[in-house]
Amino acid sequence: MKLRSFKRFNLTIGTVLVGLLVVTALLGLVYTPYDPTDVDLVTRYAAPGIHHWLGTDEFGRDVLSRIMAGAAVSLTVSIGSVLFALSFGTALGTVSGYVGGWLDRLVLVLVDALMAFPGLLLALGIMTVLGPSKWSVVLALGLAYTPSVTRLARGGTLSLRSRDFVVASQAMGNSGVWTLCRHVLPNCVAPLLIFSTSLFGSALLAESALSFLGLGVPPPAPTWGGMLADSRNAIDRAIWLAIFPGMSISLALLGINMLGDAVRDLLDPRMNGGAK
Amino acid sequence: MLSYMIKRIAMAVPTVLIVTLLVFGMMRAIPGDPASLMLGDVNDPALLAQLRHQFGLDRSVPEQFVLWVTHLAHGDLGMSIVRHQPVAELIRTTFPVTAEIVLSATLLASLIAIPAGLFAAWSQNRRADPAIVLTSILLVSLPSFWVGILLMWLFGVKLQWLPTFGFESFSEVGWGTVRYLVLPVIAVALGEIAVLTRMMRASSLEVLRLEYISHARAKGLSEPRVLLRHALPNAFGPALTVVGLILGHLLAGGAVIETVFTLPGMGRLLVESIYARDYPVVQACLLVIALLYVLVNLVVDLLYPVFDPRMKL
Repeated sequence: MKLRSFKRFNLTIGTVLVGLLVVTALLGLVYTPYDPTDVDLVTRYAAPGIHHWLGTDEFGRDVLSRIMAGAAVSLTVSIGSVLFALSFGTALGTVSGYVGGWLDRLVLVLVDALMAFPGLLLALGIMTVLGPSKWSVVLALGLAYTPSVTRLARGGTLSLRSRDFVVASQAMGNSGVWTLCRHVLPNCVAPLLIFSTSLFGSALLAESALSFLGLGVPPPAPTWGGMLADSRNAIDRAIWLAIFPGMSISLALLGINMLGDAVRDLLDPRMNGGAK
Repeated sequence: MLSYMIKRIAMAVPTVLIVTLLVFGMMRAIPGDPASLMLGDVNDPALLAQLRHQFGLDRSVPEQFVLWVTHLAHGDLGMSIVRHQPVAELIRTTFPVTAEIVLSATLLASLIAIPAGLFAAWSQNRRADPAIVLTSILLVSLPSFWVGILLMWLFGVKLQWLPTFGFESFSEVGWGTVRYLVLPVIAVALGEIAVLTRMMRASSLEVLRLEYISHARAKGLSEPRVLLRHALPNAFGPALTVVGLILGHLLAGGAVIETVFTLPGMGRLLVESIYARDYPVVQACLLVIALLYVLVNLVVDLLYPVFDPRMKL
């Protein structure tokens, strides 16, 4: 496969998979074949078939319905946490980079210390404080990803601060806020956007991991990670309970990663690896 | 060189301090104090006051912090509320399990990913490169806990080659411990192989474009020699940083894989203690993992000049 067609392949498959994820999640909000929390002990551990396409779990709940409803949970949590990290981190990073001085040093020291925690560990710690709920997961993951966004935004701002157009804006008597929003921020957007696609994948994976550990969005809300955790009890008789939720996470991640790569290649030609 | 090392070590000091402060602050932010949690439903104000005094909870917050750090410095991490054991003891027994998994997985990932990344870069614009890149995207999209469950099903339930749960440590059964480690290590290593391959590919691409490589080829050196003797050492530097990140990532991710395989590691201890609201243990696990991560990154940075002689200048 030639490199260019390989990139087109990335873009196409990535778009299709992410599109599928979004459609499933949206559909899951309004329609599922069965009620995802509906217990039916008669049809426990039904294998995939005509009535239950992806089978049923230990409480007779329809796996397909739960996966669809779980998509909505995963998507809202990961989008929410990325948006949180992106807005909070960008504000903190650009302001501290632009203002400089003791504020900048303080932010830098804090960010460095927070980055000394592996992301999942920080999220686990924050979840301990907040207790399990959907919005604590958003907050925990958002806070866990804020330091890296802050650092990226601050770096971008520092390199822009002494550029002519920024200095000109200051010389014209524009306020700091205006200069920051009108001239600095727009030039920081591209790298932040690229970074946020990879954050999105991490957030989705981390949400599933937290739910898997029983420390994410609490039941009865269906989550892919939670479904995987439950599947371990029936690993010897109902392997479909492990296969489908795991496949959903993987396909979602694959789509996000491929699309992310494609977007990065489009926005940043230097990453082409020197292919001429 | 020496000044670089001193500077780098000095940089780690405030990080360690703030990490300690953050972990302390996080546990203080939890509603309810450990003493009342320990008593549970027992309503005895005198006993509560006594316990609060024993834990130092009746002092001011800065005093509590100083007290906690003083105890830490003596290796005293407090007592587990639920298990009634010294926390340091719990960490000592669970840490080797986590360490065995993390180190084996990192080693496995490096042994596969470094040659694979170098090879992918070398064969750029040929068939092998997109294949390796695609495989690494696929692998990085497989969550370790899913892979773990599938491996457990295949090799534990279907083929019955390997145990699906439980653990016997290296000190108990020697190399027999490998039976318990194979599946978890493979499950966590796959994703890391992908990450490291991509990094190694990127850094090799940079290096292979440089003039000294063309020069080595012009001298008539064989391709394997050009790659191994000239390209690999210089491409390895940036990959080493990723190896450090992987170690930290796995330390935190241990919680997940140890849950899949019910291994008695530190990650499992952390998760169980979060369930049980056993805050002294949670606090200690968070602190130990974060400090280990700081230490790993410090060691990686100190090793950097060894692999990249330009840093010595």
